[in-house]
Amino acid sequence: MTKVTGEIRSGAYFDSVVLMQLQKGMLELDGVLDAGVMMGTQANKDVLEQSGLLPNSCRIAVAEDLIIAVKADSVSQASAALKHVDVLLNKRKTITDDQEFRPRSLDMAVRTLPNSQWVIVSVPGRYAAGVAREALGFDKNVFLYSDNVSVEDEVSLKTLAADKGLLVMGPDCGTAVIDGVGLGFANQSQSGSVGIVAASGTGLQALTVTIDNLGSGITHAIGTGGRDLNQQVGGITSRQALDVLNRDTNTKVIILTSKPISSRSAMELMQVLHALEKPVVVNFLGYAPPAYQIDNVFFASTLREAAELAIELCDKLDFSTNIKSDSQKKFASSQRYIRGLFSGGTLAYETLLVLRAFTTGIYSNIPIDESYKLDDHASSHKHTIIDMGEDEFTIGRLHPMIDSDLRLRRFQQEAADPETAVILLDVVLGYGSHSNPAAELAPIISEAKSLARRSGRYLEVVVLVIGTANDPQDVVAQTNILRKAGAHIETNADEAAIYVGNIISGLNTTSKASLRPVVLDSSGQSLAAINVGLESFYESLIRQGAEAIHVDWQPPAQGKDNLMDLLAKMKS
Amino acid sequence: MAKSKIDQANDIAVERMMSARPILTGIATARDVIPNMEDNLLLHAGPPVEWEQMSGPMQGAVIGGLIFEGLVDNETDAVSMVEAGEVKFAPCHEHSSVGPMAGVTTASMKVYEVTNTTHGNVAYSNLNEGYGKVLRYGAFSDDVITKLRWMNDVLAPVLSEALVKSENGIDVRQLLSESLHMGDEGHNRNKAGSILYTAKLAPMVTKLAIDSDIASEALQFLADNALSVLNPVMAACKSMADAAHGVDGSTLMTIMARNGTELGIRISGLGDKWFTGPVGQPDGLYFPGFTAEDASGDIGDSTITETVGIGGFAMASAPAIVAFVSGTPQDAINATMEMYEITVSEHSHFTIPALNFRGTPVGVDIRKVVELGITPRINTGIAHRDAGVGQVGAGLVRPPMNVFEDALVSYAEHYGLV
Repeated sequence: MTKVTGEIRSGAYFDSVVLMQLQKGMLELDGVLDAGVMMGTQANKDVLEQSGLLPNSCRIAVAEDLIIAVKADSVSQASAALKHVDVLLNKRKTITDDQEFRPRSLDMAVRTLPNSQWVIVSVPGRYAAGVAREALGFDKNVFLYSDNVSVEDEVSLKTLAADKGLLVMGPDCGTAVIDGVGLGFANQSQSGSVGIVAASGTGLQALTVTIDNLGSGITHAIGTGGRDLNQQVGGITSRQALDVLNRDTNTKVIILTSKPISSRSAMELMQVLHALEKPVVVNFLGYAPPAYQIDNVFFASTLREAAELAIELCDKLDFSTNIKSDSQKKFASSQRYIRGLFSGGTLAYETLLVLRAFTTGIYSNIPIDESYKLDDHASSHKHTIIDMGEDEFTIGRLHPMIDSDLRLRRFQQEAADPETAVILLDVVLGYGSHSNPAAELAPIISEAKSLARRSGRYLEVVVLVIGTANDPQDVVAQTNILRKAGAHIETNADEAAIYVGNIISGLNTTSKASLRPVVLDSSGQSLAAINVGLESFYESLIRQGAEAIHVDWQPPAQGKDNLMDLLAKMKS
Repeated sequence: MAKSKIDQANDIAVERMMSARPILTGIATARDVIPNMEDNLLLHAGPPVEWEQMSGPMQGAVIGGLIFEGLVDNETDAVSMVEAGEVKFAPCHEHSSVGPMAGVTTASMKVYEVTNTTHGNVAYSNLNEGYGKVLRYGAFSDDVITKLRWMNDVLAPVLSEALVKSENGIDVRQLLSESLHMGDEGHNRNKAGSILYTAKLAPMVTKLAIDSDIASEALQFLADNALSVLNPVMAACKSMADAAHGVDGSTLMTIMARNGTELGIRISGLGDKWFTGPVGQPDGLYFPGFTAEDASGDIGDSTITETVGIGGFAMASAPAIVAFVSGTPQDAINATMEMYEITVSEHSHFTIPALNFRGTPVGVDIRKVVELGITPRINTGIAHRDAGVGQVGAGLVRPPMNVFEDALVSYAEHYGLV
């Protein structure tokens, strides 16, 4: 008759590697059929239960308790095994008897390794934010491997870090490579010119490996934690990481990868990317890229594609982004917005998509994000793109491709608005369309431009012309008429949007508090880290030749809540 | 109390502890010098304890003390006197005193007087009896009492005279600084310190003794006892700790002492309140013929050394005695390193050669103890559980965690944090 017996040890904390070794050691004992040594979380208790290793006496265990359970041939063998636990635990201690002192507190570790720049935190989630906050207090960057950290803690930690010019990678950050040294789980890859920012651990590992396999290498690979690009966190770490790589002289090309993110976050991030001086290859899984390339921003749909493209771009040494502002044009300070008046719905929508790279908050009667739906289709608000081919404009009248009357009046309305900087129009030629749209448009364009000039403004008019030389209207002739009237001509929707986008981003440079720069390689000093939690992370650092120290961490106040609360009050 | 306020208070307290300059100036009769000493009052080690709760060595020492005092002739009478309520007990610590092991100090006993010249407070300790059957381990046979009488009547006057005539007394802090560089840690190992102490006294003793026999006996007694200096050292430590006590808002421990039954601590910012818990059993090496079964519960005021940053805290200075904790020299270093975790400063006068002359860890902060779950390390002698058998070994012991937790909760209540 087999017998399962077990015991609970309250307030005992061991890292999981020790527990696994302990479990293995117990299995080698006489008569022991199975053994389970786990912290008493619900998930762990479920695991034990499934293996028939959760005796009633252990059901009351809580997350801070260690459960030791044994299944053995007899009661006496089971209890002998339990008694042997301490022997096994002490055995481990004696092996390390002669080792250097291991600090128990972060404070001591910092005093022992004052030049450390990083603290690697992999303690249970409940304690992780506290350790991370303490690390920031010592002005250390944080690699936060722990999960189960609340999003509120994540925001407060990252905000604090950003204020101090420090990075918090994570929570739930599995990997990073800083100065060639892997933190957490990481692959040994050669150094090179590609910098990586990743909200996905395996994505980061796959990228570094692919780049290495292709014969190239990386500068830094910075993890952000999976939630960084969520609306609540707002990409604090991603922005800092991009800034680090943008300033890093060894980084030529940046890759940004993430699991699916909200379109609003993507939109906000696009502007950050666009403002960088270096080419950025973006791989947002499940996110429809607006274009293959918008200025310095390239879109790749797979990790491999991102790696290949980044390497290719590294060799384009003369890469330079488009001119982002045109000083010739004297816009008035009131002029900030684009007004797009489209006859073609798809052209309008593509424009909306591409403009996401340049600005947020484009109102429309066909918005990408429903919260930017125009209240009144007859009057524009801030940035506005209107599809005049939609039903509300065509009730009782012909499509604007044939009858431009409504559009021309709307054009005049927009031109008179002192907030309007750019008007973007499409002119779709071909059979069935208006026979000479340029002739109708040109006088109104030149009139609007001179009116603006007289009021001390400059009005940019961009016309997207879709047509061929053999169309009835002759695209060359139409274009010439429009040019003569002062219009800027584009022939592709994405290019038109990029042209316009550059103008409006130049006019709307919000004086956002600039990021306090993060310094990853202070005065060329090599990486030194303090490890709090999983010992294997410390061993990996040592194997890579990095300077490191391991903190023999235990839950504060032995996990007693009331005392932890008191200490928190006495430490604030 | 916010962190910065507490830190500030602790800085003041530890600074007072380190700047205290204990000078051994003389030897006097307890009745004449110890504050509020009474003829039927017995001072003992550790926190307050009633007769019924006293451990074997403590009860034995009480009996011996009453016999020495001439209040009774034998054990039976002593016990009846105590049981009749005719004897008062109080901790040495509540009378500016300290005593090793049982620490029993009676009104007629000669005591060392150590003055902290920086802050003006005075502390007292009885004379060390050496090894073997001694009162502090609870022995009270005739030879024990005879030896105590010789110490009181012959040895003490000579030493007292020598101390009074030596111009500036003996600077115990300076002596400790030196002995820590000679392999002592000031608690379990006082070999070097005792030699230094004897050497300092020898010229005056030989000059002032009535005859050379007495001089020879006195010096022989000091030289044979590797713990000669322990008692003046303890009084010196007490004077340093008292200087740090009573700083408003401070979370520093200023007393840690054991009576064989309970260990008690006091906190600088929490006045006269004791926080007590059951004593631990020391883990260590035993003299031939004895085992852990024979050990008494942890006992003595000598933990005043750890309280001010030496003893177990200065273990790295004393690699010779790591065997007591069945360790290696690296363990000795690690022991001291661990104590830096729970202290607020490094001693400005006590330094450790093996740590590149880093100051010893000093000033135990109860916040750190509770947060990290690290209690102070205590190096200690181990008494036999039965009265009068004596020392059976030496080793390492830790105080119970609850005393620090209780103190923390009490602090929070006192300073309105809850």
